[in-house]
This record gives sequence, structure tokens and C-alpha cells, in this order.
Amino acid sequence: MNLESSYVDLYMANMDLLREGVSDIINKHRSDAIESFNLLGIPTKKVEKYKYTNLAERFAEDFEKYFTPKHEAVDLPSLFTCDVPDFDTYKVYILNGFYYGDKKLLEENGVVFGSLAEASFKYLELFEKYYNTLADNQTEGVTALNTAFAQDGVFIYAPKSATLNKPIQIINFLLSEEDTFVQTRNLFVFEENSNVRVIICDHTLSAKRFLTNAVTEVYVAPEANIELVRMQNEHNLSTHVTSDYVQQNEKSVFISNTITLHGGMVRNNINVVLNGEYCENHTYGLFLSDKIQHVDNYANIDHAVPNCVSNELFKGVLDDKSTGAFNGGIMVRRDAQKTQAYQASNNLLLTGEARVYAKPQLEIYADDVKCSHGATVGQLDAEALFYMQSRGIGKRKAQLLQLYGFAYDVVQKVGIEALRESVAELVRKRLRGELARCENCSINCG
Amino acid sequence: MEEQDKILHEVTSGEYKFGFVTNIETETIPKGLHEDVVRLISAKKEEPEWLLEFRLKAFRHWQTMTMPTWSHLDISEIDYQDIIYYAAPKQKKSLNSIDDVDPELKETFDKLGIPLDEQKVLAGVSGYAVDAVMDSVSVKTTFRDTLAEKGIIFCSFSEAVKDYPELVKQYMGSVVPYADNFFAALNSAVFGDGSFCYIPKGVRCPMELSTYFRINALNTGQFERTLIVADEGSYVSYLEGCTAPMRDENQLHAAIVEIIVMKDAEVKYSTVQNWYPGDKNGKGGVYNFVTKRGICKGDRAKLSWTQVETGSAITWKYPSTILKGDDSYGEFYSVALTNNHQQADTGTKMIHIGRNTKSRIVSKGISARFSNNSYRGLVKVLKGAVNARNFSQCDSLLLGDECGAHTFPYLEVENQTAAVEHEATTSKIGEDQLFYCNQRGLSTEDAVGLIVNGYAREVINKLPMEFAVEAQKLLQISLEGGVG
Repeated sequence: MNLESSYVDLYMANMDLLREGVSDIINKHRSDAIESFNLLGIPTKKVEKYKYTNLAERFAEDFEKYFTPKHEAVDLPSLFTCDVPDFDTYKVYILNGFYYGDKKLLEENGVVFGSLAEASFKYLELFEKYYNTLADNQTEGVTALNTAFAQDGVFIYAPKSATLNKPIQIINFLLSEEDTFVQTRNLFVFEENSNVRVIICDHTLSAKRFLTNAVTEVYVAPEANIELVRMQNEHNLSTHVTSDYVQQNEKSVFISNTITLHGGMVRNNINVVLNGEYCENHTYGLFLSDKIQHVDNYANIDHAVPNCVSNELFKGVLDDKSTGAFNGGIMVRRDAQKTQAYQASNNLLLTGEARVYAKPQLEIYADDVKCSHGATVGQLDAEALFYMQSRGIGKRKAQLLQLYGFAYDVVQKVGIEALRESVAELVRKRLRGELARCENCSINCG
Repeated sequence: MEEQDKILHEVTSGEYKFGFVTNIETETIPKGLHEDVVRLISAKKEEPEWLLEFRLKAFRHWQTMTMPTWSHLDISEIDYQDIIYYAAPKQKKSLNSIDDVDPELKETFDKLGIPLDEQKVLAGVSGYAVDAVMDSVSVKTTFRDTLAEKGIIFCSFSEAVKDYPELVKQYMGSVVPYADNFFAALNSAVFGDGSFCYIPKGVRCPMELSTYFRINALNTGQFERTLIVADEGSYVSYLEGCTAPMRDENQLHAAIVEIIVMKDAEVKYSTVQNWYPGDKNGKGGVYNFVTKRGICKGDRAKLSWTQVETGSAITWKYPSTILKGDDSYGEFYSVALTNNHQQADTGTKMIHIGRNTKSRIVSKGISARFSNNSYRGLVKVLKGAVNARNFSQCDSLLLGDECGAHTFPYLEVENQTAAVEHEATTSKIGEDQLFYCNQRGLSTEDAVGLIVNGYAREVINKLPMEFAVEAQKLLQISLEGGVG
């Protein structure tokens, strides 16, 4: 039996379980999505967008799939101590794709956040208006799969002019006794002039193989100012696919920063549509890979209207036998005049066996634009090393200094100040090899 | 602003000057493609058995393939059964002197500015040897004797098959195998004529060698092969030019160019491509789907591609270099200009295999009116390519708000000592630049010309003198009215 039909059969067999616990607004999209998935399938390397990452191989592996939350007797907050010290946030816990905690929806300063499933009953109108409107079920097989199976995740709603006094921190835990397949679905709606920071952290707490297929829809209303930081720190047996769909409207600012510290196979899809004039978009990413990890970042910025600015920067440090890929796209549509779009990918190879693939692309249909892109692949600067060594800095230290400097270009773009220094510290720890793959895990599964 | 638009419009509305048809008796075979056609072509060319076998193998493979669709091009469906695969201008059997060439043909090439008469060329300042190919046959190769004195073989592909079968057998298909891609397979099955060139060890070719391709007959496709072998320590500069009559239907041109560069040798391959681009409404024009690839086989070999692409309704080609020898060097310089409804998806591939290999890519795209111009390139550094170095620069210039410019670079690096850089910019002609020129007394029209010219200069400068002049003229015609 082929891969697609095995998922379709799984869907058919569990239809009732899937429909339980969420409102019809989520359920009504399922059948179209599974049909679309059946046509699209899981992308192989033959699909141009996935040229360097074979997801089909991973999705074909044997994972346990749960359709009712299996909350084992664990106390997550006590089990987990964040790598970022003294970091004060509103925490939302997600365990194996399901909301964890008694109070399903929280409200602070008018901003609502919590379980997607719960919210789908309470905020019918919002779901009607936004749910599954941005996600691309027509060309992305993994997104269609998520839409068909979506059961829970995080919902955030910031009303007009709401400002939150603390960032929202979403912590995705993977903890299971079996190899597990997890699908999370997030919906973030930021109304006019709202101002919210969101941090999404991914952690694995048990040494099992995990496959995460997450879809996040982000609607950014006019003049909203939003920042999204992803900290990915999963062990090397995990596979993580994220698909973000962002729509920005007039004069909004959206900054995203994806920092991949660890992870077996990571594929981040970031799709941004600039839908209103005078938007500003910043999409940054940093990955530090070693062993046989594979990190692939895909970022597509679609300039649909004039007068927007976008800026993409992705950096990677590749050690051991790891592989990295960058797929960048800038689309400037006809009439999107006065667009400014920049895109850069820089990669450092530390060993002879690491490999990197970069594909920065521009597609431009308007003439009065300023667009540029650049990509480099190189190694540590021998002259700089020599310079430092000649001044008494040990070779290892000199190498690390260069690596910090390289990574800091992205780290410094983290807008949340308290987080920025901590991220810098995490990156330093990571580069020194001191960062725990997963907190409280004694098994070195790397 | 309006005036500027008007000038840009004038600049971009040039006419094609080589669209005439030569009224010459042509021998053609019926339309269609099947195994018998392949056999017929082979028989017409009196080919040996091994070549027929090669053609048939390629044809059988081609039948299993489908046309690729990954390009950023809008190609109307091609009916491969509606093409004539062999057309030859009728002329006397053997050519001993220029007087034997059909006057009609001679006139055609004179009109195109291609001298088939050696005497005339010698009277000029500098000469270059030409292999003139019309439709499926080579009409005349000049200066063969002069070149033969140095041991250089320069002749039509058909003659090479007869006279130097060992060389052809050894190298044909060694860089572009028949199964390489859809159009390479098609070409390998039905190729007509082309040029063959062999430069022996240590010889520096005393003149520019050149092939001129001309499509003349109606409903034909042109499928020629060029094979260049530069033996150790040799040097040759090779030029290719092409034109076609104006016709309402699309004509297919699917050629193969293979270049083998041995140790310490250097080959410069320049193309000024000016196939008929179709009319202003996008009707007609040549589909230029070409496979060009060279290999730097020995250490310190050098291969340089330069192309000026102004013609063709659709250009789809990636002249590539395999850098196999240590310290070998590959270059790619390109200007691609698309106007009206033209489309181009062109670029290069640099495959670094040997140690200390270097490559440099400079691509300049110019799009006007409704055209779409894409750069697509691959830089691949394999595991053993220690200290590989690449620099790519791909700029796009947009003249008008209805055209498109796209960049699709692929960087694949598997060696840590490699340094690979790619950069690209896209913009229109800066108003400040125009203002600067205007302020100094240049009309906007002259200023546009000056800027476009300067923009393409880095590439044009790489062309041999005669071609540089022609290329500049071509840019001028293609952007009629502005470039001076």
C-alpha cells in the first residue's frame, strides 16, 4: 500500500475520534483536505521545493498515532526547566500536540491564548473568518495532511490595540514511550495595532523517535507589530516540519526568527504574503547542526502590493556529517512597485563531510524595485584565526569567537531584549557543545 | 516620465534584420519522426553503421522520455511529428573552390555578413575561418588548408565522420551522453550537420574559428552538433552565430555542443545568438533549446563561455563546464536580452570535481516590454574539490513594468574548503543615473543606450573583436533607437 493511501485509511478509520473535542468549523475542512492530500502526497525530492529534503521517507516510517490526548502522570512545569533563565513569560504547554493544563483559555490585557480546540467552540466567528484561510492545502501535501488531522494546538487572539505586558511562550513537549507522530495546528490572529511577542520552544523529553507536522496560521492586521521567535531544540531522532502562513496587512511589522539548536531532521516552511502597503517583514533564521542532522529552511516572501520592505537572512553552521539547505524565494508581483526586498544566506562548513545547498531565488514582475540576494558558502577565515592566535588567543577560542560573531548577526535580530542575551548564551553553549540535547534526559541519543 | 516611457518604447521596438528567405531549391524529407526517418537521415549522410546505431539508441531512449516542464517558460506544445527533420539546399556534389558554391547560397551568407570567400577575407584586416551550415548540411568550410598546415582539423561534422571516425567515435557523446536530456536525445537521433574541430598538442590556433547556423527551409527543425577537442597545451577561440527567416510558426532548434579541453589547453567559446525572435505580438520565432557542455579534462585546462542572447522566441540553455582537472578554470559570461514576448531561461552549471578549481559567472539579463528573463545556474562542489572557488554575479535590468526578471541559483557544496559566493541585484535604470546624464547634455535616449551598454560591457568585452562589434550592433537593433 502506498504512503498516501495509508494516511487516508488512517483518517477514515479515526474520523470520529478526530471530530471529537473540536467544533465543526475545524471539522468541515477535513474532507477537502484529505482529498487534496491524496492527490499531493508527501513531497519527495522530486518536488522542486523539497529538492534537498526527502520527507516521504520519514513519513513512511512506523509511528504511533494518537487521536485522544494521552496525558501520562507527569507534571510538565516541574519536569522542565527552561534553558533561558529568569525569563518571565505567559507559558502555554503543549504535550504531544495537545494542550496541557486545566485552564484551557487564558486572558491577559484582553489577549486570549490557549487551546485551539477549546477556542474553536468559543470563538466561532473568528474561526469562521480566519481558520484555514491562509494555509495552502492546494499545493502543500503536509499542510493538507495537518488540516485533515488537526485536533489541537495554540490559539492566540489579540484584539484591537492590545498590548501584552509579557511575551507568550509556547512550549511544545514531546514525551512518549513509543515513537510518536504529532500534528499541531496553531492559529494566531492579531488585530489592528496590537503588539505581541510569541516564542515557540520545541523540546523532546524522551529518547523516542518523533515526527512533528505543525501548521501555524498568522493573520497580522493593519499596523500590528508582531514578533515570533522559534527555538528548536529537539534530539537527533526527531523530525520536525513546521509550516507557517503569515498574512500581513497595511503598515504592519512582522519579525520572525527561527533558531535551530538541535534536531534530527528539520524543515521550516515560512510563507509570508505582504497584502497591504507599507508593510515591513523581517525573516531570520540560524541553525547549528552536527552529527547527521539535516536542517532545511524554506522562506517565501510574496510582495503582492507596492511599497513594502522585506529582509531575509539565514545563517548556518554545519559540523560533522550534517547537511543544511536554504530555499529562499522573493516574489514581486506585477504592480508591486517600490518594493525593497533583500535576501541572504551564509553558511559555514566546519568539516569535510558537511554539505550545504542554497537556492536563493528572485521572481520579479515589477520594474521600479530594489531587490538583491546573496549566498555564500565558506569556512572560517584563516587570516582572522592567525591574527587572533598571534595575539595569544588559543586556536579553539579563536574559532569559537568567529563562530559567535557569525551567529550573532542573526541572534541580534531577536527583538525581545531579555531573550536576545539568553539566546546568545544558548548559542555560545551550543557551539561549545555544552547545551543539553534535552533537559533531564540521561540518554545520549545523539 | 511620459517622455521617458516613449523613448523606452522606441528603444524596445526594433525590427529583425535577418528575416529574409533564400529562394533555393531544397531537398527535404517528409514530416514526422519515427525509426525510418532516423535511418533515412543516416543513409542520406552516408554514415557508417556505428553512427546509425548511436542514432537509433538515442531515438529509442528519446521515445521513453517526456519533455521537461520545470523551466520558467511558457512553451506552446510542440508536435514532434509536424517537423521536417532533414532539409538540404541542393548543390553540386564536391566543392573545390568558392566558385563551386551556389551563388544563391553565397549571396545569402554575404547578406548575413559571413564571408565564404577566403580572398575577400584576406583583403580585410583580420580573418576568421567559417563553417557555414544551412538547415541540415554544412555549405562550406573556409581556410581548411591554412589550418591543416598546423595540424588543425576544422570541418563539417559529416566530413569528420568520414575522414576522422576514430576521433569522432572517441569523443562524441562523452560530454553530453545521448540520454542526457530530452533534447539531447532528440538531437542525437536526428542531428544533421555541425562542426568538428580538433586542435593538436601545443598548437595555438592562428585565427578565430566560427560556425554560422542558418535556418532557411520551411517547417524544419535544426539539430546540429558541434564537437571541439583541444589537445594538451592548445588554444582556440571559437565563435558561433545564428539567424533564421521570419515565419509565423515556431521553429525548433535543438543543438548539442561538446567541448573537451585537455591539460593546459584553453578554449574560448562565444555565441552571438540571433535566431528570429518572433514578431511584436509573440507570433513565430525560434525555440532555442540547446545542450552545451564542456569538460576541463586535464589539469590547468580553461574553458570560457561567452554568450550574447538577443534572438529566439524562447531560449532555454545552460552552457556548462565540468571542472575535472586540478587547477582548471571555468568562466561564463552572458548577456541575455528579451524584448516583446520573448522568453529566456538560461544560465550555467559549474561542476567542481578537481582540486583548486575555480569558476566565475557573470550574467546580465535585460528584459523589456512583455518578456520574461530568468537566470538559472548551478554551482556544485563535489567532495574531492579541495579549495574550489566560485563567484557568481547575476544582475537583471528591467525596462518597463510588464516584463519579468527572475533568478534561480542553486549552490550545492560538499567540501568545507570551498568558497562559493553568489550575488544578484534587480532594478530598473536609475532615475538618478538618467538625470545625471541629462544634466550633462545627453538626451534620455542616448542615456538609456549608454547605461545599457555599460551594463553589458563586462560581458561584451570578453568577445573577440569582430563579435564584440556585432554584439553591440545587435543590442542596438534589439533595443532599436537607443543604444549607441
